[in-house]
Amino acid sequence: MDLEYFIPVIQLCEQYKVEASFFNQLHQVGLIEIRSVKKNQFIHEDSLVEIEKIIRIHRDLNVNLEGIDVVLNLLKKVDHLQSELLKAQNRLQRYEGDF
Amino acid sequence: MTFIDYYKILGLSKKASQEDIKKAYRKLARKYHPDVNPGDAAAEKRFKEINEANEVLSNPENRAKYDNYGKDWKHADEIEKAKQQQQYRRSSQQTGYRDFGDEDFSDFFSNMFGQRGRGSQKRSAQFRGQDYNATLELSLEDVYRTHKRTLTVNGKNIRITIPAGIKNGQVIKIKNHGGEGIHGGPKGDLNITFSIINRTRFKRDEDNLYLTVELDLYTALLGGEVVVDTFDGKAKLKVKPETQNGTQVKLKGKGFPVYKKEGQFGDLYITYQIKMPTKLSSKEKKLFEELAKLR
Repeated sequence: MDLEYFIPVIQLCEQYKVEASFFNQLHQVGLIEIRSVKKNQFIHEDSLVEIEKIIRIHRDLNVNLEGIDVVLNLLKKVDHLQSELLKAQNRLQRYEGDF
Repeated sequence: MTFIDYYKILGLSKKASQEDIKKAYRKLARKYHPDVNPGDAAAEKRFKEINEANEVLSNPENRAKYDNYGKDWKHADEIEKAKQQQQYRRSSQQTGYRDFGDEDFSDFFSNMFGQRGRGSQKRSAQFRGQDYNATLELSLEDVYRTHKRTLTVNGKNIRITIPAGIKNGQVIKIKNHGGEGIHGGPKGDLNITFSIINRTRFKRDEDNLYLTVELDLYTALLGGEVVVDTFDGKAKLKVKPETQNGTQVKLKGKGFPVYKKEGQFGDLYITYQIKMPTKLSSKEKKLFEELAKLR
């Protein structure tokens, strides 16, 4: 398996000062994907931004992992609605001044 | 330096217990945390205030200093030191002891504080730096073509390519141009939101453009040719006889460039608005009456 864009979990534990079990819990809740190769665990580098967000919400706000899952899903919905609103606003500009 | 009322920020009275402070901080942090309010600068500012208030009030030592010295609480130790120094000078003048130089005395304290500072350092997690958000205002004409711009962000010049067809409200992320990483972590990103101002007669919807063109009654009735504006020039159109008011004609590929798809364009929709003649002469009026009788 090509591991070019994957980072060992052990390295992330050192960087973020968390236990490896934390990443396993995130994986179990379905918040991140972990790849296992020969007893070593890896996370894709694209997940880093999300992982940092999860750690901040967990540490700063004392939200448990299930709560974080809810928060992230709601944020995705907000993001989707905001882009829909923007699209609608841009479309409305077409009719501005016609009335 | 203006006084910041940390109690007010957390919505508490001066009598608040440590538990009250913790509870108030958690409640407000959940509401204003930047991760749950992405792109909301006001929430980010509020979160920083809440954090600062919590950092001071949740530490009993700092809280006592803040309660006693208000806005000068950070200098409480120095104020105390100065007081002690004054007292010492007074007593040494009275007893005839040699006075220490100010320099030695402050060095002693700075060494102490320095050591304490180093002693309290611990290994901390590395995080990406803060993402910076900026808005760039461009005209519709600007974004018709791919072009380069130099932006100044926090004193640094950044040259970016703005692809043709970028939409109003669209965000471009420029990696590693945000704030410095925390404890050696990578830099944050710079997010540029584009605000596209349209001062043209064209209306834009995604990649398509819309334009209303006036057509005189006779061309609409009898057919003919009309020259219309496109975004980058002009086009000659054939008008069919008996064209109705509000008829829409599509000019394929004459719309706006498709974002990041070079050579691809949306369509231009022309809507005919038939202009009725006014100030009719008596002869014209008579002829229209004759025409009316024929229908």
